Amino acid sequence: MEIFGVPSALFGSQLLIGLINGSFYAILSLGLAIIFGLLNIINFAHGAQYMMGAFVAWIALTRFGINYWAALLLSPLLIGLLGVVLERTMLRKLYKLDHLYGLLLTFGLALIFEGLFRDQYGISGQSYDVPELLQGGINLGFMFLPIYRAWVVVAALTVCFGTWFMIEKTKLGAYLRAGTENPQIVQALGINVPLLITFTYGYGVALAAFAGVLAAPIYQVSPMMGSNLIIVVFAVVVIGGMGSIMGSIVTGLGLGLIEGLTRVFYPEASAVVVFVIMVIVLLVRPAGLFGRTA
Amino acid sequence: MHVRKLLTLACTAAFAAFAGGAHAQISGDTVKVGVLTDMSGTYSDLAGAGAVLATQMAIDDFVAAEKPDFKVELVSADHQNKADIASNKAREWFEREGVDTVTELVSTTTALAVMKVAKEMNRITLMSGPGSTPITNEQCTDLNVHYTYDTYALANGTAKAVTQQGGDSWFFLTADYAFGQALEKDSSSVVTATGGKVLGSVRHPFPASDFSSFLLQAQASGAKIIGLANAGADTTNAIKQAAEFGITPKQQLAGLLMFISDVHSLGLKNTQGMYLTTGFYWDLNEDTRAWSQRYFEKQKRMPTMVQAGQYSSVMHYLKAVKAAGTDEAGKVMAQMKSTPINDFFATNGRIRDDGRMVHDMYLAQVKSPAESKGPWDYYHIRQTIPADEAFQPLSESRCPLVKK
Repeated sequence: MEIFGVPSALFGSQLLIGLINGSFYAILSLGLAIIFGLLNIINFAHGAQYMMGAFVAWIALTRFGINYWAALLLSPLLIGLLGVVLERTMLRKLYKLDHLYGLLLTFGLALIFEGLFRDQYGISGQSYDVPELLQGGINLGFMFLPIYRAWVVVAALTVCFGTWFMIEKTKLGAYLRAGTENPQIVQALGINVPLLITFTYGYGVALAAFAGVLAAPIYQVSPMMGSNLIIVVFAVVVIGGMGSIMGSIVTGLGLGLIEGLTRVFYPEASAVVVFVIMVIVLLVRPAGLFGRTA
Repeated sequence: MHVRKLLTLACTAAFAAFAGGAHAQISGDTVKVGVLTDMSGTYSDLAGAGAVLATQMAIDDFVAAEKPDFKVELVSADHQNKADIASNKAREWFEREGVDTVTELVSTTTALAVMKVAKEMNRITLMSGPGSTPITNEQCTDLNVHYTYDTYALANGTAKAVTQQGGDSWFFLTADYAFGQALEKDSSSVVTATGGKVLGSVRHPFPASDFSSFLLQAQASGAKIIGLANAGADTTNAIKQAAEFGITPKQQLAGLLMFISDVHSLGLKNTQGMYLTTGFYWDLNEDTRAWSQRYFEKQKRMPTMVQAGQYSSVMHYLKAVKAAGTDEAGKVMAQMKSTPINDFFATNGRIRDDGRMVHDMYLAQVKSPAESKGPWDYYHIRQTIPADEAFQPLSESRCPLVKK
């Protein structure tokens, strides 16, 4: 059987792979969307933080023998903590200024982080093995699905929807949203708004590090792994609507699928298809698919 | 009277010999070697700081062994793989700093840009890192030496050997730009000429990080061999993911442009059994081991073929300057071309009219983790490809300097 001239088995497997890549986009763009939505900072260091998440996992394993599962917790904690320090010492001073300043600061930080890791570990990257429990794969008939990739989808989606739930449906989330809407009044009600904001940035950064650990067994752990991905992720956030939580999750998955299909029908265009969609969306709905116009 | 005249004559002659001999012909009494390379980008592991170190070793060894009556200095810079930065830096070096030769030049775009500037300023370029064949074909100059390898030699060596050993149906995973397409084209013709079949190819964007879609298409083709017509991070990611998706070892991968630094970073588990072609391996014989060990002590990594070739090319250049007694580019190049190269890197190497340095290449197969005795013990050398077979024959050359 064929679908548009492509064997259906290949078609099915490409959809599945699109979903896997989409879940990476989703979790990364979610972190960016939270940070932008609540702090109004365009976090250009997101890719570098994702890279550092992967490196922490690799260093933990090779230096200290800490396994993948522990790294999955440890790495986001450490890098999240680094985020907290950055927010307290630097970003905090920029909230009243134009977006551009936050962008430039985080961009500079990204270059510094990448440079430091490149200097220390070289450019070719390091190999991180798939954890034993998740090695091997399942034969689905139309494709061989590595168990690790299936785990990535499950883990990423769980974290994404957990985050969405926390922000949209819990009291903490309500404080957060209120705090960004009108910080003075929320502060007057006895809630520590600056602390909330620090926590939010730390959490967004921790999401990037979590994605980094998920990615470590799939890609080479290399200093530039984040900079290759970050531009696409920004496009995802713009398409979804800057700051929209659900928008970034759904768009991330959707674009992963579209990219996957492009790789079958016209592989040469698979790197630009996301940006073509971004241009179209900006022309038709400048606030993004799920964004509310200010 | 007679004696006085004789004395004067003798003095004049001695003075003339002294003045005309060594000193006068070397500008500023100093030979300046520039290393223009990628210090921070994709190629910094295979060239970069290691190439600068190799150059310094060559200069130190040359000065210690040959005791020249001129000074040798090294300058280096990062070209960031950008043609404009490379050509501006080269021009600055030539015009203001009296640099005699610009060397290394990994990545084809920077190499081609600097070749032009050097030709215009009548200086020599020595290339160890770049791989493309236009350097010695359409774009060739008479003041350039392409020293270590090129994509023709690598593709030719690997594709031929793999096809002969039964890998007779191929599918290419190709980086979608000039370099990848050229590599695919060169390899395809070798596969067909050796009696194999090319079942298809997929062009992936450059750079890419997720190769699973492309790998599944390669898998669906049913080809025995998946040829990786890409380089650097693209190759390493593709290899890693092929193992993850269970494509290897049912189908085999052939890396058409791989360096020992790639194998080191991927680990033997991911790369075992792969064939590749190389111009140098540290563990070939006594000489290669001795030199590589000295390099290792300083750099804490074994040299890639680019770094070893860099040493050899600079040494050959400096010896030619000494023998010619001048740093004038044309005369030095004539000396370099007329002297065969015999050192730890090359046996009976020679520089052809098109600027190609031809020497033996080696077909290597990556060891399994069990076969390897430790870090950097990575290759079985399966075959030595003689210089005349390894490189593009002059009869196929598209370089206008080659007389046919």
